[in-house]
Amino acid sequence: MLSRDQVLHVARLARLELSEDEQRQMSEELSKVLDHIERIGELGDLADVEPTSHVIAVENALRADEPRPCLPPEVALASAPEADMGGFRVPSPGPAPA
Amino acid sequence: MSDALSLTAAAAAARIRAGELDPSELWHGYRERAAADRHNAYVWVAPDGDAPGVDPAAPLAGVPVAVKDLFCTEGVPSQAGSKILEGYRPPYTATSVERLTGAGAPLLAKTNQDEFAMGSSTENSAYGPTLNPWDPARVPGGSSGGSAAAVAAGSAPWAIGTDTGGSIRQPAALCGIVGLKPTYGAVSRYGMIAFASSLDQAGTFTRDVTDAALLLGAMAGKDPCDSTSVGLPGPIELPSRADLRGVRLGVPEELTGEGIEPGVLAAFERTLDVARELGATVEPFRLPHAPHALAAYYLIAPAEASSNLARYDGVRYGFRADGVRDLLHMYTETREQGFGREVKRRIMLGTYALSSGYYDAYYGRAQKVRTLISDDFKAAWERFDFVATPTAPTVAFELGAKTADPLAMYLNDFCTVPMSLAGIPGISIPNGLSDGLPVGFQLAGPAFSENALLDAACALERAIDFRDAPWRRG
Repeated sequence: MLSRDQVLHVARLARLELSEDEQRQMSEELSKVLDHIERIGELGDLADVEPTSHVIAVENALRADEPRPCLPPEVALASAPEADMGGFRVPSPGPAPA
Repeated sequence: MSDALSLTAAAAAARIRAGELDPSELWHGYRERAAADRHNAYVWVAPDGDAPGVDPAAPLAGVPVAVKDLFCTEGVPSQAGSKILEGYRPPYTATSVERLTGAGAPLLAKTNQDEFAMGSSTENSAYGPTLNPWDPARVPGGSSGGSAAAVAAGSAPWAIGTDTGGSIRQPAALCGIVGLKPTYGAVSRYGMIAFASSLDQAGTFTRDVTDAALLLGAMAGKDPCDSTSVGLPGPIELPSRADLRGVRLGVPEELTGEGIEPGVLAAFERTLDVARELGATVEPFRLPHAPHALAAYYLIAPAEASSNLARYDGVRYGFRADGVRDLLHMYTETREQGFGREVKRRIMLGTYALSSGYYDAYYGRAQKVRTLISDDFKAAWERFDFVATPTAPTVAFELGAKTADPLAMYLNDFCTVPMSLAGIPGISIPNGLSDGLPVGFQLAGPAFSENALLDAACALERAIDFRDAPWRRG
């Protein structure tokens, strides 16, 4: 069972601001899913098994290091919620910590 | 025109090449159907106007294609079913889509999907659920439900989608059409809005197996923009096989028993009989780690998603929340308001699985289980040419039936997830009805066995002779 505190901790790591309702639901729903997921514990000691992060063998995929055109700045900025002075505008990070 | 719209894409292309069909008429016919669609299969349809110029000599001869929303298409909305990408018109086009348009298939429409491809019913779209053309009270499956519904209804000749744990094969099954997930790496992921990068793979939705071969052949290939792409070892041949003499089919006990609906199992058994009549040998065998595949998948995929979706922060594109106090508050509010419930659930699950103290027991262990599952399949290929299972444990279910129970929804992927974890190709073909709804038969083969897999599926398709799909009714 995931406690409310654990849910809040994970939400903070994931940069999610969950409402009270969501926190409660998340704790119930994730606990149920985790109960199923815990089944991978049944497989016992896997110390000798290599992990798979990529399933098809690919060795150093290199390409020629040749300059090619990239997006012009105005195109790269066109989708931004707020652009200014050739950059992405964001709110202030807030006052420096005391 | 409705005559031409009831042709397979390969047949329409042949007529265009023979000068018997005007590609602009075909375009207008499909465009009107897509614009009039009643299943919410589309989130964008090409505007009325002149048909795009096409070269009838090109491999796809001007037969238009519908594309899942998460493929970036320059200047055309690409929102991946999410509010957080509302209004996003990318400045570039996905390699797979470029290859298709380059091969003569103009972009007809963008199709609805579960948000960021997370779901098995297309109910998790910020743009409303897609309805199943067989019964609008039921889901089309997911996450590529819009592409499946579009092809099943006949408002698109063919479509592309993505499959991370079953998102092509399961909706194809639930909509009574052919869905192909190629080997991981066969098709470039460049320009596909990512869900789980080590699993995501683009593939096809078509009316028959020949169309799947034609579309995959045009789309596959190594791409310098995706260093994990490898392409296919040779060109895709159009399938021609009519028998299965000498073909060895393995039926994994773990994926053909408990949890599969009786009507689905009955159709599966009938198709195995068809395979035997065509000359195949059919033998049960064990995939011992398959029962743990779903658990491993629901750790690996959310973990990768939690990392991929960190980019949605309201800075560079898409939605940004109003009235925020500071930068951090902008991130958290944008994500709170921009992501739907299932996406938040998976981000939470993935973040938890990767968090300090849990990494080894969850994510690390899941990657080891992935190795065990790959090894199970490698052992299978010593004895069999292909593995056969039902595609999905049930037929299309009613809207809302599983939205309150995430685990029940996840169990839809039970028969498709093992192949995804192993990176091997799988195809779903319609193999009958249960209670009037279509059932899918999944055939999976070793990595890069696409030509043989398509041939075997083609032989089965001819013998099954499934004729009930809505697109045939015109």
